[in-house]
Amino acid sequence: MPGLFLIVLLLLAALPVYRPGYKVILVSSILMYVILTVSWVIFSGTTGYLSLAPAAFFGVGMYTAAVLGMALPLPVVVVLGGLASSCLAFLVGAVTLRLRGIYFAIFTFGLVEFIKNLLLWWEIERTGTRGRFVVLVDNNTIYYVMLAILVMTVLTAYFIRRSRYGLALQSIGEDEEAAVHAGINVTALKIVTFAISAVFMGAAGAIWATQLTYIDPYIAFNLNYSFMPVLMAIFGGIGQPYGPILGAAVVAYLREILITEFPYQYMLLLGIILLVAILFLPNGLVGLVERARRRAFGGQRANT
Amino acid sequence: MPILEGEGVTKHFGGLAAVSSVDFKVDEGEVVGLIGPNGAGKTTLFNLISGALAPQEGTIRLNGQDITGSSPHKICRMGLARTFQSVKVFPNIPVPANVMLGSLFGTPNRVSSADAAGETAELLEFVGLTAVGATPAKDLTLANQKRVEVARALATKPELLLLDELMAGLNHTEIAEALELVARIRERGISILMIEHIMKAIMSACDRIMVLHHGEKIAEGTPQEIAASKKVIEVYLGE
Ligand SMILES: Nc1ncnc2c1ncn2[C@@H]1O[C@H](COP(=O)(O)OP(=O)(O)O)[C@@H](O)[C@H]1O
Ligand SMILES: [Mg+2]
Repeated sequence: MPGLFLIVLLLLAALPVYRPGYKVILVSSILMYVILTVSWVIFSGTTGYLSLAPAAFFGVGMYTAAVLGMALPLPVVVVLGGLASSCLAFLVGAVTLRLRGIYFAIFTFGLVEFIKNLLLWWEIERTGTRGRFVVLVDNNTIYYVMLAILVMTVLTAYFIRRSRYGLALQSIGEDEEAAVHAGINVTALKIVTFAISAVFMGAAGAIWATQLTYIDPYIAFNLNYSFMPVLMAIFGGIGQPYGPILGAAVVAYLREILITEFPYQYMLLLGIILLVAILFLPNGLVGLVERARRRAFGGQRANT
Repeated sequence: MPILEGEGVTKHFGGLAAVSSVDFKVDEGEVVGLIGPNGAGKTTLFNLISGALAPQEGTIRLNGQDITGSSPHKICRMGLARTFQSVKVFPNIPVPANVMLGSLFGTPNRVSSADAAGETAELLEFVGLTAVGATPAKDLTLANQKRVEVARALATKPELLLLDELMAGLNHTEIAEALELVARIRERGISILMIEHIMKAIMSACDRIMVLHHGEKIAEGTPQEIAASKKVIEVYLGE
Protein backbone atom coordinates (compact mmCIF):
# COMPACT_ATOMS: atom_id res chain seq x y z
CA MET A 1 0.00 0.00 0.00
CA PRO A 2 2.69 2.61 0.83
CA GLY A 3 4.35 1.68 -2.47
CA LEU A 4 1.16 2.37 -4.41
CA PHE A 5 0.72 5.64 -2.58
CA LEU A 6 4.25 6.68 -3.56
CA ILE A 7 3.66 5.88 -7.23
CA VAL A 8 0.40 7.85 -7.30
CA LEU A 9 2.21 10.69 -5.57
CA LEU A 10 4.99 10.75 -8.17
CA LEU A 11 2.44 10.75 -10.98
CA LEU A 12 0.58 13.60 -9.31
CA ALA A 13 3.79 15.55 -8.80
CA ALA A 14 4.59 15.24 -12.50
CA LEU A 15 1.08 16.17 -13.64
CA PRO A 16 1.51 19.93 -14.19
CA VAL A 17 4.38 19.19 -16.51
CA TYR A 18 2.41 17.06 -18.98
CA ARG A 19 -1.13 18.39 -18.42
CA PRO A 20 -0.99 22.14 -17.91
CA GLY A 21 -4.01 24.42 -17.57
CA TYR A 22 -7.50 23.46 -16.53
CA LYS A 23 -6.63 19.94 -15.44
CA VAL A 24 -4.36 21.26 -12.73
CA ILE A 25 -7.20 23.10 -11.05
CA LEU A 26 -9.52 20.14 -11.51
CA VAL A 27 -7.04 17.86 -9.79
CA SER A 28 -6.40 20.49 -7.10
CA SER A 29 -10.09 20.44 -6.23
CA ILE A 30 -10.01 16.66 -6.03
CA LEU A 31 -6.97 16.83 -3.75
CA MET A 32 -8.82 19.39 -1.64
CA TYR A 33 -11.71 16.99 -1.11
CA VAL A 34 -9.32 14.15 -0.29
CA ILE A 35 -7.73 16.35 2.37
CA LEU A 36 -11.12 17.26 3.87
CA THR A 37 -12.24 13.64 3.87
CA VAL A 38 -9.08 12.07 5.25
CA SER A 39 -8.84 14.66 8.01
CA TRP A 40 -12.52 14.21 8.82
CA VAL A 41 -11.92 10.48 9.19
CA ILE A 42 -8.97 11.05 11.55
CA PHE A 43 -11.46 12.16 14.19
CA SER A 44 -15.00 11.17 13.21
CA GLY A 45 -14.17 7.90 11.47
CA THR A 46 -12.50 6.52 14.56
CA THR A 47 -14.43 7.99 17.49
CA GLY A 48 -17.84 7.83 15.81
CA TYR A 49 -18.51 11.47 16.77
CA LEU A 50 -20.15 12.88 13.66
CA SER A 51 -18.53 16.27 13.05
CA LEU A 52 -20.27 18.61 10.63
CA ALA A 53 -17.68 21.28 11.30
CA PRO A 54 -15.35 20.84 8.29
CA ALA A 55 -16.99 23.83 6.56
CA ALA A 56 -16.20 25.96 9.60
CA PHE A 57 -12.53 24.99 9.62
CA PHE A 58 -12.24 25.21 5.84
CA GLY A 59 -13.90 28.63 5.90
CA VAL A 60 -11.62 29.94 8.65
CA GLY A 61 -8.68 28.90 6.48
CA MET A 62 -10.16 30.77 3.52
CA TYR A 63 -10.64 33.93 5.54
CA THR A 64 -7.10 33.69 6.89
CA ALA A 65 -5.92 33.87 3.29
CA ALA A 66 -8.30 36.72 2.50
CA VAL A 67 -7.14 38.80 5.45
CA LEU A 68 -3.42 38.01 5.52
CA GLY A 69 -2.77 36.88 1.96
CA MET A 70 -1.45 40.22 0.74
CA ALA A 71 0.75 40.83 3.78
CA LEU A 72 2.51 37.55 4.34
CA PRO A 73 4.29 34.93 2.22
CA LEU A 74 2.03 32.13 0.98
CA PRO A 75 3.47 29.27 3.08
CA VAL A 76 3.03 31.35 6.22
CA VAL A 77 -0.56 32.13 5.26
CA VAL A 78 -1.32 28.46 4.70
CA VAL A 79 0.23 27.45 8.02
CA LEU A 80 -1.65 30.23 9.82
CA GLY A 81 -4.89 29.11 8.19
CA GLY A 82 -4.30 25.65 9.60
CA LEU A 83 -3.41 26.97 13.04
CA ALA A 84 -6.40 29.31 13.21
CA SER A 85 -8.75 26.44 12.38
CA SER A 86 -7.01 24.25 14.87
CA CYS A 87 -7.45 26.83 17.64
CA LEU A 88 -11.14 27.09 16.80
CA ALA A 89 -11.43 23.30 16.86
CA PHE A 90 -9.68 23.18 20.20
CA LEU A 91 -12.14 25.66 21.70
CA VAL A 92 -15.16 23.97 20.15
CA GLY A 93 -13.89 20.59 21.27
CA ALA A 94 -13.30 21.74 24.83
CA VAL A 95 -16.86 23.02 25.02
CA THR A 96 -18.70 20.29 23.16
CA LEU A 97 -16.80 17.03 23.30
CA ARG A 98 -18.43 16.21 26.59
CA LEU A 99 -21.65 16.04 24.58
CA ARG A 100 -22.47 12.64 23.28
CA GLY A 101 -23.69 11.55 19.89
CA ILE A 102 -26.30 13.59 18.13
CA TYR A 103 -25.82 16.71 20.28
CA PHE A 104 -22.26 17.02 19.09
CA ALA A 105 -23.33 16.67 15.45
CA ILE A 106 -26.00 19.34 15.86
CA PHE A 107 -23.62 21.70 17.61
CA THR A 108 -20.99 21.44 14.88
CA PHE A 109 -23.70 21.97 12.29
CA GLY A 110 -24.86 25.08 14.12
CA LEU A 111 -21.29 26.32 14.40
CA VAL A 112 -20.98 26.69 10.63
CA GLU A 113 -24.19 28.70 10.37
CA PHE A 114 -23.25 30.78 13.38
CA ILE A 115 -19.83 31.77 12.05
CA LYS A 116 -21.28 32.48 8.62
CA ASN A 117 -23.90 34.86 9.98
CA LEU A 118 -21.63 36.48 12.51
CA LEU A 119 -19.07 37.17 9.81
CA LEU A 120 -21.71 38.48 7.45
CA TRP A 121 -22.92 40.92 10.07
CA TRP A 122 -19.35 41.97 10.88
CA GLU A 123 -18.33 42.53 7.27
CA ILE A 124 -21.37 44.63 6.49
CA GLU A 125 -21.02 46.63 9.72
CA ARG A 126 -17.29 47.14 9.43
CA THR A 127 -16.41 47.17 5.75
CA GLY A 128 -19.78 47.81 4.19
CA THR A 129 -19.19 45.04 1.68
CA ARG A 130 -19.99 41.38 1.85
CA GLY A 131 -16.95 39.80 0.29
CA ARG A 132 -13.19 40.07 0.01
CA PHE A 133 -10.66 39.60 -2.72
CA VAL A 134 -7.95 37.07 -2.16
CA VAL A 135 -4.37 37.33 -3.31
CA LEU A 136 -3.66 35.78 -6.71
CA VAL A 137 -1.49 32.68 -6.85
CA ASP A 138 -0.63 30.78 -10.00
CA ASN A 139 -2.32 27.44 -10.58
CA ASN A 140 0.77 25.28 -10.35
CA THR A 141 1.69 26.74 -6.97
CA ILE A 142 -1.85 26.11 -5.70
CA TYR A 143 -1.58 22.57 -6.98
CA TYR A 144 1.76 21.83 -5.31
CA VAL A 145 0.73 23.39 -2.01
CA MET A 146 -2.44 21.31 -2.04
CA LEU A 147 -0.41 18.20 -2.82
CA ALA A 148 1.96 18.97 0.06
CA ILE A 149 -0.96 19.39 2.47
CA LEU A 150 -2.44 16.13 1.21
CA VAL A 151 0.80 14.25 1.83
CA MET A 152 0.96 15.61 5.37
CA THR A 153 -2.69 14.76 5.99
CA VAL A 154 -2.29 11.19 4.80
CA LEU A 155 0.95 10.71 6.73
CA THR A 156 -0.63 12.09 9.90
CA ALA A 157 -3.67 9.85 9.48
CA TYR A 158 -1.39 6.88 8.90
CA PHE A 159 0.83 7.50 11.93
CA ILE A 160 -2.09 8.18 14.25
CA ARG A 161 -3.80 5.03 13.06
CA ARG A 162 -0.69 2.95 13.71
CA SER A 163 0.00 4.46 17.10
CA ARG A 164 -1.39 3.65 20.52
CA TYR A 165 -3.56 6.75 20.19
CA GLY A 166 -5.18 5.32 17.07
CA LEU A 167 -6.12 2.24 19.04
CA ALA A 168 -7.41 4.43 21.87
CA LEU A 169 -9.53 6.48 19.44
CA GLN A 170 -11.04 3.30 18.08
CA SER A 171 -11.78 2.11 21.60
CA ILE A 172 -13.62 5.39 22.27
CA GLY A 173 -15.73 4.72 19.19
CA GLU A 174 -16.54 1.22 20.39
CA ASP A 175 -17.23 1.85 24.06
CA GLU A 176 -16.32 5.18 25.55
CA GLU A 177 -17.14 4.21 29.11
CA ALA A 178 -14.89 1.16 28.95
CA ALA A 179 -12.19 3.32 27.37
CA VAL A 180 -12.16 5.88 30.15
CA HIS A 181 -12.13 3.08 32.72
CA ALA A 182 -9.09 1.55 31.03
CA GLY A 183 -7.21 4.75 31.88
CA ILE A 184 -7.65 6.62 28.61
CA ASN A 185 -8.08 10.38 29.05
CA VAL A 186 -10.89 10.36 26.52
CA THR A 187 -11.74 14.05 26.75
CA ALA A 188 -8.17 15.21 26.13
CA LEU A 189 -7.64 12.69 23.35
CA LYS A 190 -10.84 13.71 21.59
CA ILE A 191 -10.07 17.43 21.82
CA VAL A 192 -6.49 17.09 20.61
CA THR A 193 -7.43 14.81 17.73
CA PHE A 194 -10.26 17.12 16.71
CA ALA A 195 -7.80 20.04 16.71
CA ILE A 196 -5.24 18.08 14.68
CA SER A 197 -7.81 17.13 12.07
CA ALA A 198 -8.79 20.80 11.69
CA VAL A 199 -5.23 21.89 10.83
CA PHE A 200 -5.43 20.29 7.41
CA MET A 201 -8.92 21.56 6.70
CA GLY A 202 -7.83 25.11 7.50
CA ALA A 203 -4.65 24.87 5.46
CA ALA A 204 -6.60 23.51 2.49
CA GLY A 205 -9.08 26.38 2.84
CA ALA A 206 -6.30 28.96 2.85
CA ILE A 207 -4.82 27.74 -0.44
CA TRP A 208 -8.19 27.05 -2.05
CA ALA A 209 -9.31 30.63 -1.40
CA THR A 210 -6.48 31.94 -3.61
CA GLN A 211 -7.93 29.93 -6.46
CA LEU A 212 -11.38 31.44 -6.00
CA THR A 213 -9.90 34.99 -5.88
CA TYR A 214 -13.10 36.33 -4.30
CA ILE A 215 -14.89 34.97 -1.24
CA ASP A 216 -17.78 35.94 0.98
CA PRO A 217 -19.26 34.18 4.03
CA TYR A 218 -21.68 32.15 1.88
CA ILE A 219 -18.87 30.83 -0.27
CA ALA A 220 -16.43 30.16 2.55
CA PHE A 221 -18.81 28.65 5.08
CA ASN A 222 -20.84 26.57 2.65
CA LEU A 223 -22.25 23.50 4.41
CA ASN A 224 -21.43 21.41 1.36
CA TYR A 225 -17.87 21.38 2.64
CA SER A 226 -19.20 19.65 5.75
CA PHE A 227 -21.46 17.16 4.02
CA MET A 228 -19.15 16.16 1.19
CA PRO A 229 -16.38 14.70 3.39
CA VAL A 230 -18.94 12.62 5.29
CA LEU A 231 -20.49 11.29 2.09
CA MET A 232 -17.12 10.72 0.47
CA ALA A 233 -15.85 8.79 3.48
CA ILE A 234 -18.96 6.61 3.59
CA PHE A 235 -18.85 6.11 -0.18
CA GLY A 236 -15.22 5.00 0.02
CA GLY A 237 -15.65 3.01 3.21
CA ILE A 238 -13.83 3.69 6.44
CA GLY A 239 -12.86 0.08 7.14
CA GLN A 240 -9.52 0.51 5.37
CA PRO A 241 -7.17 3.49 5.35
CA TYR A 242 -7.39 3.88 1.57
CA GLY A 243 -11.22 3.93 1.59
CA PRO A 244 -11.72 7.64 2.28
CA ILE A 245 -8.99 8.58 -0.21
CA LEU A 246 -10.64 6.49 -2.91
CA GLY A 247 -14.12 7.70 -2.02
CA ALA A 248 -13.15 11.35 -2.03
CA ALA A 249 -11.22 11.06 -5.31
CA VAL A 250 -14.03 9.23 -7.11
CA VAL A 251 -16.87 11.42 -5.85
CA ALA A 252 -14.94 14.66 -6.37
CA TYR A 253 -14.14 13.62 -9.93
CA LEU A 254 -17.75 12.61 -10.59
CA ARG A 255 -18.86 15.93 -9.19
CA GLU A 256 -16.59 17.84 -11.57
CA ILE A 257 -17.86 15.88 -14.57
CA LEU A 258 -21.49 16.29 -13.59
CA ILE A 259 -21.03 20.02 -13.05
CA THR A 260 -19.64 20.51 -16.54
CA GLU A 261 -22.03 18.11 -18.29
CA PHE A 262 -25.23 18.83 -16.35
CA PRO A 263 -24.75 22.18 -14.62
CA TYR A 264 -28.37 22.34 -13.47
CA GLN A 265 -29.05 18.76 -12.42
CA TYR A 266 -25.65 17.84 -11.03
CA MET A 267 -26.64 17.93 -7.35
CA LEU A 268 -29.62 15.71 -8.06
CA LEU A 269 -27.53 13.24 -10.04
CA LEU A 270 -24.78 13.19 -7.46
CA GLY A 271 -27.34 12.64 -4.74
CA ILE A 272 -28.85 9.69 -6.59
CA ILE A 273 -25.46 8.11 -7.20
CA LEU A 274 -24.49 8.45 -3.53
CA LEU A 275 -27.84 7.09 -2.34
CA VAL A 276 -27.58 4.05 -4.57
CA ALA A 277 -24.02 3.47 -3.44
CA ILE A 278 -24.92 3.71 0.22
CA LEU A 279 -27.87 1.34 -0.23
CA PHE A 280 -26.01 -1.29 -2.22
CA LEU A 281 -22.45 -0.97 -0.95
CA PRO A 282 -22.67 -1.22 2.82
CA ASN A 283 -18.90 -1.11 3.20
CA GLY A 284 -18.35 1.40 0.43
CA LEU A 285 -15.87 1.01 -2.37
CA VAL A 286 -13.54 -0.69 0.07
CA GLY A 287 -16.07 -3.51 0.40
CA LEU A 288 -16.05 -3.96 -3.39
CA VAL A 289 -12.27 -3.94 -3.61
CA GLU A 290 -11.85 -6.37 -0.74
CA ARG A 291 -14.42 -8.74 -2.25
CA ALA A 292 -12.67 -8.64 -5.60
CA ARG A 293 -9.36 -9.21 -3.91
CA ARG A 294 -10.68 -12.22 -2.01
CA ARG A 295 -12.07 -13.68 -5.20
CA ALA A 296 -8.73 -13.17 -6.92
CA PHE A 297 -6.94 -15.05 -4.17
CA GLY A 298 -9.35 -17.97 -4.68
CA GLY A 299 -11.30 -18.78 -1.55
CA GLN A 300 -8.56 -18.24 1.03
CA ARG A 301 -10.69 -15.75 2.94
CA ALA A 302 -8.85 -13.36 5.13
CA ASN A 303 -9.88 -14.03 8.70
CA THR A 304 -10.93 -10.61 9.88
CA MET B 1 -4.72 2.31 56.35
CA PRO B 2 -7.48 0.75 54.26
CA ILE B 3 -6.93 0.67 50.52
CA LEU B 4 -10.44 1.96 49.87
CA GLU B 5 -12.56 3.95 52.24
CA GLY B 6 -15.93 5.65 51.84
CA GLU B 7 -17.84 7.85 54.26
CA GLY B 8 -21.46 8.89 53.95
CA VAL B 9 -21.49 8.27 50.21
CA THR B 10 -24.81 9.31 48.70
CA LYS B 11 -26.32 9.35 45.22
CA HIS B 12 -29.89 10.24 44.31
CA PHE B 13 -31.47 9.85 40.89
CA GLY B 14 -34.25 12.39 41.01
CA GLY B 15 -36.29 11.29 43.99
CA LEU B 16 -34.71 7.85 44.18
CA ALA B 17 -32.00 7.35 46.79
CA ALA B 18 -29.90 4.80 44.89
CA VAL B 19 -27.10 4.96 47.47
CA SER B 20 -27.70 6.74 50.74
CA SER B 21 -25.03 7.58 53.26
CA VAL B 22 -23.05 4.38 52.87
CA ASP B 23 -19.76 3.82 54.72
CA PHE B 24 -17.42 1.15 53.44
CA LYS B 25 -13.82 0.07 53.39
CA VAL B 26 -11.57 -2.54 51.88
CA ASP B 27 -8.29 -3.44 53.59
CA GLU B 28 -5.13 -4.40 51.77
CA GLY B 29 -5.25 -7.99 50.54
CA GLU B 30 -8.92 -8.37 51.45
CA VAL B 31 -11.69 -9.82 49.30
CA VAL B 32 -14.96 -8.09 50.16
CA GLY B 33 -18.37 -9.10 48.85
CA LEU B 34 -21.19 -6.67 48.09
CA ILE B 35 -24.62 -8.26 47.98
CA GLY B 36 -28.23 -7.14 47.97
CA PRO B 37 -31.40 -7.61 45.95
CA ASN B 38 -31.74 -6.21 42.43
CA GLY B 39 -31.93 -2.43 42.46
CA ALA B 40 -30.25 -2.21 45.87
CA GLY B 41 -27.66 0.24 44.55
CA LYS B 42 -24.64 -2.03 44.21
CA THR B 43 -23.71 -1.05 40.66
CA THR B 44 -24.35 2.60 41.47
CA LEU B 45 -21.88 2.32 44.34
CA PHE B 46 -19.32 0.86 41.93
CA ASN B 47 -19.98 3.76 39.56
CA LEU B 48 -19.35 6.21 42.38
CA ILE B 49 -16.10 4.51 43.37
CA SER B 50 -14.74 4.19 39.82
CA GLY B 51 -15.63 7.77 38.92
CA ALA B 52 -18.34 6.98 36.39
CA LEU B 53 -20.68 9.00 38.62
CA ALA B 54 -19.95 11.68 41.20
CA PRO B 55 -21.59 11.36 44.62
CA GLN B 56 -23.74 14.20 45.91
CA GLU B 57 -22.42 13.72 49.41
CA GLY B 58 -19.63 11.87 51.13
CA THR B 59 -15.98 11.24 50.42
CA ILE B 60 -14.14 8.31 48.86
CA ARG B 61 -10.44 7.73 49.46
CA LEU B 62 -8.09 5.39 47.65
CA ASN B 63 -4.87 4.73 49.54
CA GLY B 64 -5.65 7.76 51.65
CA GLN B 65 -6.07 10.08 48.66
CA ASP B 66 -9.41 11.76 48.06
CA ILE B 67 -10.82 10.54 44.75
CA THR B 68 -14.38 11.83 45.21
CA GLY B 69 -15.65 13.03 41.86
CA SER B 70 -12.35 12.39 40.02
CA SER B 71 -12.58 11.18 36.47
CA PRO B 72 -12.40 7.43 35.83
CA HIS B 73 -9.12 7.53 33.92
CA LYS B 74 -7.38 9.25 36.83
CA ILE B 75 -8.80 6.81 39.35
CA CYS B 76 -7.74 3.95 37.12
CA ARG B 77 -4.16 5.26 36.94
CA MET B 78 -4.16 5.57 40.72
CA GLY B 79 -4.65 1.83 40.99
CA LEU B 80 -8.34 1.00 40.83
CA ALA B 81 -9.77 -1.09 38.01
CA ARG B 82 -13.22 -2.52 37.40
CA THR B 83 -15.35 -4.75 35.23
CA PHE B 84 -18.97 -4.11 34.24
CA GLN B 85 -22.21 -5.96 34.95
CA SER B 86 -23.13 -5.79 31.26
CA VAL B 87 -19.78 -6.79 29.86
CA LYS B 88 -17.94 -3.98 28.09
CA VAL B 89 -15.26 -5.20 25.72
CA PHE B 90 -14.24 -3.33 22.57
CA PRO B 91 -16.18 -5.55 20.16
CA ASN B 92 -14.28 -5.06 16.90
CA ILE B 93 -10.82 -4.82 18.43
CA PRO B 94 -8.80 -8.05 18.61
CA VAL B 95 -8.60 -9.62 22.05
CA PRO B 96 -4.90 -8.87 22.67
CA ALA B 97 -5.35 -5.18 21.75
CA ASN B 98 -8.35 -5.00 24.08
CA VAL B 99 -6.07 -6.02 26.91
CA MET B 100 -3.08 -4.01 25.74
CA LEU B 101 -5.09 -0.76 25.95
CA GLY B 102 -5.11 -1.25 29.71
CA SER B 103 -1.31 -1.60 29.76
CA LEU B 104 -0.74 1.37 27.49
CA PHE B 105 -3.03 3.84 29.21
CA GLY B 106 -3.99 2.54 32.64
CA THR B 107 -0.78 3.16 34.57
CA PRO B 108 0.77 6.43 35.73
CA ASN B 109 3.98 5.91 33.77
CA ARG B 110 4.43 5.57 30.05
CA VAL B 111 4.76 1.93 29.08
CA SER B 112 6.61 1.01 25.88
CA SER B 113 4.70 -0.96 23.26
CA ALA B 114 7.06 -3.88 23.69
CA ASP B 115 6.47 -4.03 27.44
CA ALA B 116 2.72 -3.66 26.94
CA ALA B 117 2.75 -6.55 24.47
CA GLY B 118 4.68 -8.67 26.97
CA GLU B 119 2.28 -7.90 29.80
CA THR B 120 -0.65 -8.62 27.50
CA ALA B 121 0.67 -12.04 26.60
CA GLU B 122 1.25 -12.84 30.25
CA LEU B 123 -2.27 -11.73 31.23
CA LEU B 124 -3.94 -13.60 28.38
CA GLU B 125 -2.26 -16.71 29.68
CA PHE B 126 -3.23 -15.84 33.25
CA VAL B 127 -6.94 -15.62 32.40
CA GLY B 128 -6.78 -18.57 30.00
CA LEU B 129 -7.30 -16.82 26.68
CA THR B 130 -4.12 -17.69 24.83
CA ALA B 131 -6.00 -19.95 22.42
CA VAL B 132 -8.34 -17.29 21.01
CA GLY B 133 -5.53 -15.49 19.19
CA ALA B 134 -6.42 -12.21 17.52
CA THR B 135 -10.18 -12.82 17.33
CA PRO B 136 -12.30 -9.66 17.67
CA ALA B 137 -13.72 -9.62 21.19
CA LYS B 138 -17.32 -9.71 19.95
CA ASP B 139 -16.84 -13.25 18.62
CA LEU B 140 -16.05 -14.66 22.06
CA THR B 141 -18.46 -16.43 24.42
CA LEU B 142 -19.77 -14.41 27.36
CA ALA B 143 -17.42 -16.21 29.74
CA ASN B 144 -14.44 -15.37 27.56
CA GLN B 145 -15.52 -11.76 27.11
CA LYS B 146 -15.58 -11.48 30.88
CA ARG B 147 -12.05 -12.85 30.93
CA VAL B 148 -11.03 -10.16 28.45
CA GLU B 149 -12.48 -7.54 30.76
CA VAL B 150 -10.63 -8.97 33.75
CA ALA B 151 -7.37 -9.11 31.80
CA ARG B 152 -7.81 -5.52 30.59
CA ALA B 153 -8.48 -4.43 34.17
CA LEU B 154 -5.42 -6.30 35.44
CA ALA B 155 -3.32 -4.74 32.69
CA THR B 156 -3.79 -1.36 34.39
CA LYS B 157 -1.88 -2.84 37.38
CA PRO B 158 -4.56 -2.21 39.97
CA GLU B 159 -4.18 -2.52 43.71
CA LEU B 160 -7.94 -2.87 44.00
CA LEU B 161 -10.22 -4.60 41.52
CA LEU B 162 -13.99 -4.14 41.43
CA LEU B 163 -15.88 -7.07 39.88
CA ASP B 164 -19.55 -6.46 39.04
CA GLU B 165 -21.33 -9.82 38.78
CA LEU B 166 -18.43 -11.62 37.17
CA MET B 167 -20.28 -14.92 37.42
CA ALA B 168 -23.75 -13.88 36.27
CA GLY B 169 -24.80 -15.73 33.12
CA LEU B 170 -22.06 -18.36 33.39
CA ASN B 171 -22.59 -22.13 33.61
CA HIS B 172 -21.35 -24.33 36.48
CA THR B 173 -17.96 -25.07 35.00
CA GLU B 174 -17.41 -21.43 34.10
CA ILE B 175 -18.40 -20.31 37.60
CA ALA B 176 -15.87 -22.68 39.11
CA GLU B 177 -13.23 -21.33 36.75
CA ALA B 178 -14.16 -17.74 37.61
CA LEU B 179 -13.88 -18.50 41.33
CA GLU B 180 -10.50 -20.01 40.78
CA LEU B 181 -9.49 -16.92 38.78
CA VAL B 182 -10.57 -14.68 41.67
CA ALA B 183 -8.40 -16.72 44.02
CA ARG B 184 -5.39 -16.38 41.72
CA ILE B 185 -5.93 -12.61 41.36
CA ARG B 186 -5.89 -12.40 45.13
CA GLU B 187 -2.60 -14.33 45.18
CA ARG B 188 -1.10 -11.57 43.05
CA GLY B 189 -1.67 -9.28 46.01
CA ILE B 190 -4.66 -7.46 44.54
CA SER B 191 -7.53 -6.55 46.84
CA ILE B 192 -11.01 -7.25 45.51
CA LEU B 193 -14.48 -5.81 45.97
CA MET B 194 -17.04 -8.01 44.24
CA ILE B 195 -20.76 -7.88 43.58
CA GLU B 196 -22.22 -11.33 43.20
CA HIS B 197 -25.61 -13.00 43.40
CA ILE B 198 -24.38 -16.56 43.61
CA MET B 199 -24.28 -17.11 47.35
CA LYS B 200 -22.09 -20.17 47.34
CA ALA B 201 -19.50 -18.31 45.32
CA ILE B 202 -19.50 -15.23 47.48
CA MET B 203 -19.44 -17.19 50.72
CA SER B 204 -16.36 -19.11 49.69
CA ALA B 205 -14.47 -16.24 48.06
CA CYS B 206 -14.90 -13.41 50.55
CA ASP B 207 -13.34 -12.46 53.87
CA ARG B 208 -16.12 -10.02 54.58
CA ILE B 209 -19.51 -9.18 53.10
CA MET B 210 -21.54 -5.97 52.98
CA VAL B 211 -25.29 -6.01 52.32
CA LEU B 212 -27.10 -3.15 50.56
CA HIS B 213 -30.87 -2.76 50.53
CA HIS B 214 -32.73 0.23 49.06
CA GLY B 215 -29.44 2.09 48.91
CA GLU B 216 -28.57 1.57 52.56
CA LYS B 217 -26.02 -0.69 54.14
CA ILE B 218 -28.04 -3.00 56.36
CA ALA B 219 -25.43 -5.51 57.42
CA GLU B 220 -21.73 -6.26 57.34
CA GLY B 221 -19.66 -9.15 58.62
CA THR B 222 -17.98 -12.44 57.91
CA PRO B 223 -19.76 -14.85 55.56
CA GLN B 224 -20.91 -16.89 58.58
CA GLU B 225 -22.35 -13.83 60.29
CA ILE B 226 -24.14 -12.72 57.15
CA ALA B 227 -25.57 -16.20 56.52
CA ALA B 228 -26.94 -16.20 60.06
CA SER B 229 -28.25 -12.61 60.04
CA LYS B 230 -32.02 -12.42 60.43
CA LYS B 231 -32.16 -9.03 58.75
CA VAL B 232 -30.38 -10.30 55.66
CA ILE B 233 -32.55 -13.41 55.43
CA GLU B 234 -35.68 -11.27 55.68
CA VAL B 235 -34.51 -9.00 52.87
CA TYR B 236 -33.85 -11.92 50.59
CA LEU B 237 -37.01 -13.81 51.47
CA GLY B 238 -39.04 -10.61 51.16
CA GLU B 239 -38.10 -10.35 47.50
N1 LIG C 1 -28.14 6.29 35.65
C1 LIG C 1 -29.27 6.09 36.36
N2 LIG C 1 -30.30 6.95 36.26
C2 LIG C 1 -31.42 6.76 36.97
N3 LIG C 1 -31.62 5.74 37.82
C3 LIG C 1 -30.64 4.84 37.95
C4 LIG C 1 -29.41 4.97 37.23
N4 LIG C 1 -28.59 3.93 37.57
C5 LIG C 1 -29.29 3.19 38.46
N5 LIG C 1 -30.50 3.73 38.69
C6 LIG C 1 -31.50 3.22 39.64
O1 LIG C 1 -30.87 3.13 40.89
C7 LIG C 1 -31.28 1.95 41.56
C8 LIG C 1 -30.07 1.11 41.89
O2 LIG C 1 -29.58 0.52 40.70
P1 LIG C 1 -28.29 -0.38 40.66
O3 LIG C 1 -27.20 0.34 41.36
O4 LIG C 1 -28.05 -0.74 39.26
O5 LIG C 1 -28.72 -1.65 41.49
P2 LIG C 1 -28.03 -3.07 41.63
O6 LIG C 1 -26.74 -3.06 40.94
O7 LIG C 1 -27.91 -3.26 43.11
O8 LIG C 1 -29.00 -4.06 41.05
C9 LIG C 1 -32.27 1.25 40.65
O9 LIG C 1 -33.58 1.60 41.06
C10 LIG C 1 -31.97 1.82 39.29
O10 LIG C 1 -33.11 1.83 38.49
MG1 LIG D 1 -26.05 -4.17 39.38
